[in-house]
Amino acid sequence: MSENKQISASDVEHVAGLAKLKFNDQDLNKFTDQFGDILDLVNTLNEVDTDGVEPTFSVTDQINTMREDVAVNAHQKEELLKNAPDTENGFIRVPAIIDESEEG
Amino acid sequence: MNYFDTSLEELHQKLVSKEMTVTELVKDTLDQIESDQKELNAYVTVDRDGALAQAKAIDEKGINADNLWAGIPVAVKDNIVTKDLKTTAASKMLENFTPIYDANVVEKLKANDVVIIGKTNMDEFAMGGSTETSFFGATKNPWDHTKVPGGSSGGSATTVSAGEVLASLGSDTGGSIRQPASFTGIVGVKPTYGRVSRYGLIAFGSSLDQIGPLTRSVRDNAALLNIIAGKDDRDMTSSDQPVDNFAAKIGQDLTGMKVALPKEYLGEGIDADVKKSVLDAAEIFKKLGATVDEVSLPHSKYGVAAYYIIGSSEASSNLQRFDGIRYGYRAEDVKSLEDVYVKTRSEGFGDEVKRRIMLGTYSLSAGFFDAYFKKAAQVRTLLINDFKEIFKEHDFIIGPTAPTPAFKLGAETADPTTMYMNDILTIPLNLAGLPAMSLPAGFSDGMPIGLQIIAKPFDEETMYQAGSAFEDATDFHKEVPGQGGQN
Amino acid sequence: MNFKTTIGLEVHIELKTNSKIFSPSPAEFGDDANANTNVIDWGYPGVLPQTNKGVIEAGMKAAIALHAEVTRENHFDRKNYFYPDNPKAYQITQSVTPIGKDGWIEIDVDGKKKKVGIAEMHVEEDAGKNTHNPNGYSYVDLNRQGTPLIEIVSKPDIESPDEAYAYLEALRQRIQFTGISDVKMEEGSMRVDVNISIRPIGSDKFGTKAELKNLNSFNFVRKGLAFEEKRQQKILLSGGQVRPETRRFDEASGETILMRVKEGADDYRYFPEPDVPVVTIDDNWLNSVQEAMPEMPGKRRERYVNELKLSDYDAMVLTQTKEMSDFFEEAIAEGADPKLTANYLMGDVNAYLNDQKVDLQDTKITPTNLATMVKMISDDTISSKIAKKVFKAITDGEEPSAWVKAKGLIQLSDPDKLNPIIKSIVDDNSQSVEDFKNGKDRAVGFLIGQIMKQTKGQANPKVVNQLLMKELKVR
Repeated sequence: MSENKQISASDVEHVAGLAKLKFNDQDLNKFTDQFGDILDLVNTLNEVDTDGVEPTFSVTDQINTMREDVAVNAHQKEELLKNAPDTENGFIRVPAIIDESEEG
Repeated sequence: MNYFDTSLEELHQKLVSKEMTVTELVKDTLDQIESDQKELNAYVTVDRDGALAQAKAIDEKGINADNLWAGIPVAVKDNIVTKDLKTTAASKMLENFTPIYDANVVEKLKANDVVIIGKTNMDEFAMGGSTETSFFGATKNPWDHTKVPGGSSGGSATTVSAGEVLASLGSDTGGSIRQPASFTGIVGVKPTYGRVSRYGLIAFGSSLDQIGPLTRSVRDNAALLNIIAGKDDRDMTSSDQPVDNFAAKIGQDLTGMKVALPKEYLGEGIDADVKKSVLDAAEIFKKLGATVDEVSLPHSKYGVAAYYIIGSSEASSNLQRFDGIRYGYRAEDVKSLEDVYVKTRSEGFGDEVKRRIMLGTYSLSAGFFDAYFKKAAQVRTLLINDFKEIFKEHDFIIGPTAPTPAFKLGAETADPTTMYMNDILTIPLNLAGLPAMSLPAGFSDGMPIGLQIIAKPFDEETMYQAGSAFEDATDFHKEVPGQGGQN
Repeated sequence: MNFKTTIGLEVHIELKTNSKIFSPSPAEFGDDANANTNVIDWGYPGVLPQTNKGVIEAGMKAAIALHAEVTRENHFDRKNYFYPDNPKAYQITQSVTPIGKDGWIEIDVDGKKKKVGIAEMHVEEDAGKNTHNPNGYSYVDLNRQGTPLIEIVSKPDIESPDEAYAYLEALRQRIQFTGISDVKMEEGSMRVDVNISIRPIGSDKFGTKAELKNLNSFNFVRKGLAFEEKRQQKILLSGGQVRPETRRFDEASGETILMRVKEGADDYRYFPEPDVPVVTIDDNWLNSVQEAMPEMPGKRRERYVNELKLSDYDAMVLTQTKEMSDFFEEAIAEGADPKLTANYLMGDVNAYLNDQKVDLQDTKITPTNLATMVKMISDDTISSKIAKKVFKAITDGEEPSAWVKAKGLIQLSDPDKLNPIIKSIVDDNSQSVEDFKNGKDRAVGFLIGQIMKQTKGQANPKVVNQLLMKELKVR
């Protein structure tokens, strides 16, 4: 087992839940160990003094790239539906959504 | 046939003069690829029918004498989408996925009559440095079949290195073009962020990803970048900087140019032979009339940590769309919507992809954003500033591409963090968005060593000028892997 | 114990653009399932967003209309969550730099005016639509995916269900005048989420909020909030504690019903969207949008009162909706008398709309036809009585002047034609003449009635009155 104390198997399970992943017990232990090692690596960032430093989220040289408000219908419906694992009458079909809360 | 003893110009002349038809060239190329495939496994899909159809059409239309690439077969990494041609990103998740549109670079290749010969193997979703995380098995290094070709564009590197094609396209998020180019003794370029449209590149780290060419020579590389670069309205981050001719300065002499050699790039963990090759390269640049100064990139050692947070965070979000609902793999026996999500993703993704998704999800989760994602983005700023400082005084930077030559298959798969450190020298350029090239600069026990040349943003011309001057002054690029990997 | 109520409203408004916010697909979702979708809307591997300039401008207009500060440097963020109608499993939104902030609108409850603060508004993409079917499946249509929304978040200034209602009315009115949205709850182009908490008067700590869903009209918002206010008061008065709940409004019973108790905040893992470059708004752009802003209702009301000499009340009613106000302006531009036009709009037209339960633009009534009718009334071509018939014809799409001619309904004002009729009526009613001479004014009314009957209502009452008096005096 890892010496690493900053992440537990239940933390890993929680994160997996957010990411819609599930590990069996054996994999969970392996992942928890590796995850601890990875966190040790990324935590070296704490050595850097970043007080007052602006973060860089993108290195694109572009600003204000926008398109005019013109509609174009790609007429891709049939091709798109053909790639979907389950469809019916032009809809994508999924097992019933039980939680009725609309997101967004 | 193989492409070792021919050049782009030579092939072009043969096609123009009709000494050889495109169909003949494509057939020969396909035959070679197919005969090597079982051993090298450089491809996920070899598109015999599509390539021959394209060849036939070009033969009927005739070769444009002004277009060096007309009729030339090129391989494309399997995370670049191709209409009606299976594109898997080397993942079970997309094992049977056939895109309904072409990536911008693929459109450009087709418009220039470049023949797309097939889709190359890679680390799953481009996550890895050895092409061992592919759902379709590892690709082998042509120089030694017990060794990895590097990754994630391992298939694209191997197929060029083995002489199966003259050129291929790869993608580079943290070194995925340059490191395999280094491991297989060819030329690989990651252009400036925004130089090439990412439209149709299956996203890994959106602020880091770039498509670039892998070739046998610096000149061919510039010529292929000329075709694929340029503003694309469908990628808002693609740059509107003019694309003239990346080969414009090739042949101009280096007298008076200032070269920077960061001391951190020759420090701890760098193989002695690699270090020697880079120091030798410095001497060559001096002989070519340049001056070489030692400089410092104080924040480069934090690059790996910043990269793994930023790249994994972006990836965790980018890969959420693989949910079994609209395309790609859907797990069997799903009874609930939650099953569709969890089973599909748990079965469809391999371990390395899951590790990155987990790290990224963790870094962005409630309460951790500032400590991880923002902190990494701040370190990114400091690293960019390091480069700005160097470029005030210098024209380009040299250093090793990878700390070591190619390692044994299976040697590092058990320990992710060791694997991650392979990218320590390439990652900073993705974080800073700078153009960088790897080209052959030496050997260690018969395995190639790559030299990295880094230029200012959008100054690919200087990078190619320096690379080509080095190539002309050395013979490393003339070495080719022996039959069956014995060199 | 007395309580103070605090209400927060989050209003999503669907913007009326040609194309979607980050994809060129048509922004229409009434069509066949998935007909207006492309690879971007499906979140295909490799696709990237393309920002629609029209959406940014609509956002600027909303910010200006709501007296908000327009953000000059706009960034976009990803909000991550899995849902079948959310193809990328993230929504592109603005969490750090909303396009407008610190706005306000004025509301009026029973004559009491109050400014309600608006914390922020941001543009974002809408999700597709899931249809739930009892057969064990849900069906996903991505036509709505990527249509542009602006979300408007109020400050905690609203203190009663009536204020919430007034806020929504005022918000709808102002947004409608900008022309950026139809703002119709029944069509989903305006959606309202509310939260409400109460606290004892004197306490400066907000109470625990309950969120209300399924509020499909302003009235339901008011009813739901009123029920919820009482429910929370009862809990506190009996010594209980309000839980952080999401509750559904039940239209049939007028009550709110528990959906779920919220356990901790959702973890949406927001982070800056790397595929969308920053959008900066400079003075030039802002000024040009400002100049192109349609006149807001307040300005119109002032103009109606000062220039057109309408009453405050008339001006208010006419500017209730942009449709009515625009209709009015077009009619008077054709030369119709403003006061008379206003009377018809507020009277016959409104009655017709209420009766038919339709919107003005869905009827056959046109500003030109209404103006023609009003002008015919003004120049005595028709009587106001005939006008009732003419209006009915207008609602059937008839052109009034041609229709009046064809039906022979032009008003009779010619003394040469009217005098013989008057004489014969007076001759036939000697008793009435007698009554008139004895000072019974009622007799005049009776005689006019007879004349009108004889002329099928076409006689000009004013002229008939004059001629009849003359005739009676000589008898």
